[in-house]
Amino acid sequence: MKSFFALSMFLAVMVLSGCSNLTVLDPKGPVAEQQANLILFSIGFMLFIVLVVFVLFTLILVKYRERKSGPEYEPPHIEGNVFLEIVWTVIPVIILIVLAVPTVQTIFALEEAPEATSHKDPIVIHATSVDWKWVFSYPEENIETVNYLHIPEDHPILFKLASADSMGSFWIPSLGGQEYTMSGMMTELYLQADEVGEYRGRNANFTGEGFTEQVFTVTAESEEDYEEWVEEAQDAPKLTQEKYNELMLKGHTEEQTFSETHLQWVDHGMDAEYATKVRNGESTDEDDSSEMDHSEMNHDDSEKDSEEHSH
Amino acid sequence: MKLDEFFVTGDPLIYGADVSIALTLIGAIFVLTYFKKWKWLWTEWLTTVDHKKLGVMYIIAAVLMLFRGGVDALLMRAQLTVPDSSFLDANHYNEIFTTHGTIMIIFMAMPFLIGLINVVVPLQIGARDVAYPFLNAVSFWTFFMGAMLFNISFVIGGSPSAGWTSYVPLAGLELSPGVGQNYYLLGLQIAGIGTLLTGINFLVTILKMRVPSMKLMQMPMFTWSSLITMVIIIFAFPVLTVALALMTFDRLFGSHFFTMMDGGMPMLWANLFWIWGHPEVYIVILPAFGMFSEIISTFARKTLFGYKAMVYSMVVIAGLSFLVWVHHFFTMGAGGAVNSFFSITTMLIAVPTGVKIFNWLFTLYKGRIRFTTAMLWSLAFIPNFVIGGVTGVMLAMAAADYQYHNTYFLVAHFHYVLISGTVYACFAGLYFWYPKMFNHRLNERLGKWSFWIFVAGFNLCFFPMYFLGLAGMPRRIYTYGIGDGWMSLNVLATFGGVLMGIGFLILVYNIYYSFRYSPRETTGDPWDARTLEWSTPAPVPHYNFAHLPEAKGHDAFWIMKEEKKQGKAPEKKPYKPIHMPSYSGVPIIMSVFFFIAGFGMVFSWHWMSILGLIGVLATMVIRSFDYDKGFYVSVEEIEETEKKTTL
Repeated sequence: MKSFFALSMFLAVMVLSGCSNLTVLDPKGPVAEQQANLILFSIGFMLFIVLVVFVLFTLILVKYRERKSGPEYEPPHIEGNVFLEIVWTVIPVIILIVLAVPTVQTIFALEEAPEATSHKDPIVIHATSVDWKWVFSYPEENIETVNYLHIPEDHPILFKLASADSMGSFWIPSLGGQEYTMSGMMTELYLQADEVGEYRGRNANFTGEGFTEQVFTVTAESEEDYEEWVEEAQDAPKLTQEKYNELMLKGHTEEQTFSETHLQWVDHGMDAEYATKVRNGESTDEDDSSEMDHSEMNHDDSEKDSEEHSH
Repeated sequence: MKLDEFFVTGDPLIYGADVSIALTLIGAIFVLTYFKKWKWLWTEWLTTVDHKKLGVMYIIAAVLMLFRGGVDALLMRAQLTVPDSSFLDANHYNEIFTTHGTIMIIFMAMPFLIGLINVVVPLQIGARDVAYPFLNAVSFWTFFMGAMLFNISFVIGGSPSAGWTSYVPLAGLELSPGVGQNYYLLGLQIAGIGTLLTGINFLVTILKMRVPSMKLMQMPMFTWSSLITMVIIIFAFPVLTVALALMTFDRLFGSHFFTMMDGGMPMLWANLFWIWGHPEVYIVILPAFGMFSEIISTFARKTLFGYKAMVYSMVVIAGLSFLVWVHHFFTMGAGGAVNSFFSITTMLIAVPTGVKIFNWLFTLYKGRIRFTTAMLWSLAFIPNFVIGGVTGVMLAMAAADYQYHNTYFLVAHFHYVLISGTVYACFAGLYFWYPKMFNHRLNERLGKWSFWIFVAGFNLCFFPMYFLGLAGMPRRIYTYGIGDGWMSLNVLATFGGVLMGIGFLILVYNIYYSFRYSPRETTGDPWDARTLEWSTPAPVPHYNFAHLPEAKGHDAFWIMKEEKKQGKAPEKKPYKPIHMPSYSGVPIIMSVFFFIAGFGMVFSWHWMSILGLIGVLATMVIRSFDYDKGFYVSVEEIEETEKKTTL
């Protein structure tokens, strides 16, 4: 009766969730597709295990409840059964091997660019999380965007991930799984969109007050549209260090576009201190330490500035 | 510091809490004074070293913390029910999920289990007390003071808000400048002292204080699970102690272990945290496994199926628990080989756990199953835990985990294992051993109402969350948009959460109702159970056993009863005086000093922390020169007590 209850609930939830879209199981690129396939493959085995246990459980409870056997029935003394115990050790081991093989294969496959498009050079995009926004740099195209991405379809993208401050996680569920962004470290993640469309990306790892709104949009478009957009973006105002340092302050901001990237001043994958120094009004130039005193006096001013800019 | 910075202000919910705290305190003081109970409270409870009373105090504290953590949970559910809700703001929500997680794991699950271990394990092994009764009281009081220190944060100074995992740099001074995170560090540090002492205490108790006739492989399964848990505690908790100390240095004294600046290593914290944190999961699940084993065996009226396999599977789980910590951050980009290794070790845990599930099922097979409330909780555990377990295997598959990580799929998984494992076990154990503790049973009718409502609510609350995760809802967001399409499942979850709250309230009412109306026990063995704790009379005398019992195998008490039926009555031996430890006020006073020192450190009031630490040291010195070696219970007193108790 319990398993019936659980099963009917399972169905009810399935029906209900039909209205809301299961993004993860509706992949729009080869990375997400491999993951969705792995998930569906494992769900099959899991349902089998659940079914076996639930059926056994229900049968035993129905058959051996006291109301049926009567109060005089005295259960036999059974200490165990070596054969049975070997069976339910070996079968799970086999199931795990069957699950582990594709898991390991997929883990390694995801470290490379998707196979179908591996003849194309991946587009490199540096994705940097800063409380509470996303900065995207296209070093080859020499453009930088804030809180939005444009990518061509059917083209592998190599994201180089880093954080200017708290640890975030870069996640576009329609295109594939997430990976952490960390200060002073660089991680790499291949993603690709197979369909033109607008996808939502976000920070999935808790970063404090503004975490919920730390989101961005991804526009996947045809190669031509993408080229057009790149050219347009290259005409955008130049990114100055002053402007970039404003982005380092805590807060949200609207979508922005610049030509040139911040990589000329700082690589957050190497430098964990940049954003903190900017916030403290300290010099961000490694060689110049004489500015320290002077800048600390400005401390309060810059805090005030940050308030204004971030709202 | 200004007074309005010291007290948390500006939120009507907090003012409400202020008022209720003040009223509760005034009420408690009034009742104690009016009924002239202060002396009774001090001499019978606050200074006790009796494991049974300490266990009861642990459980009372845990139930209070369950209430606090549950209120936090319901506030979160209220906020998430509809999109764009403005019931809580981001900061308040962050504080609430941080305290919810920390309290439920550290100050609810662990003390509840340790409380039951305290009450039951010495009785199960035929001991008159634990190996170090004084230390046991220190354990309780440091836990209690740590919990209180953590809990006052929300009215004084502000709660921590960096999540129960407190990942740096977010939890570091640069990004969390308030005192909240200090409360987390010091509250856990002080409570951690108690846990580590418990680990040592019960390890020695179980190994050295058993009745001589009880072999290791004849110990009741709950005792076995406790023994293995204590070993995990002893290996895991020092890691937490060190990690907390390092972060405390970072925040209070400007060191750079985990900072972004000056070459600190933030990811080192994540590693240290989970090297403790993953074994911690098994610290709260293994005793639960032990309890289910006892209860299922008792109410199926059969000995446990595959006793040895049950023991070895727990040993394997304990070993593996130290080899899987990286699965909490597969997405750190550690590379294919690392992720593959930790995927496989994690999956392997499913094997010994599966063995246990089938052993429980076959304990029921050919049994005579009685559906008491304690048994219902234990039975509901099996299907629910299997759901939590198989989704755990899914999470263990690293390549897929990149999509589950940090989502409600994960939230659903760990609530399925922690609630249907640990919380069901706490409730099952409470119903089962309640007559041992309070000399009356809990009402079965109310118990079953509470059970069905809670279990239905639990599944309604957390099952939809698997789908929310697959729909891309990340954990720890304080609100979402209508366009996200997550509302219908969230409404369901909130409805389930409310049912769980009602189930809990019925349980609390049941405690009151049964205290008033339940018939008192006439035997020490209300369930026709199998292990030695049930051979003690009702109420259990403070020295537990007038004669040490004899264990002639697994299910020692069952064997005794069988022999009695065959007419082999045990011969009556004369009583001998029993040596017992004296009560002491030192543990509670020492822990108050720990509290003072911790509170001083939270606010960096170093005069206060030094004062507190001097106090701690002084109480240690006093204890060192305490030559009280305990006392003997006279034969007359034993005869008198044994006459009064029944059996």
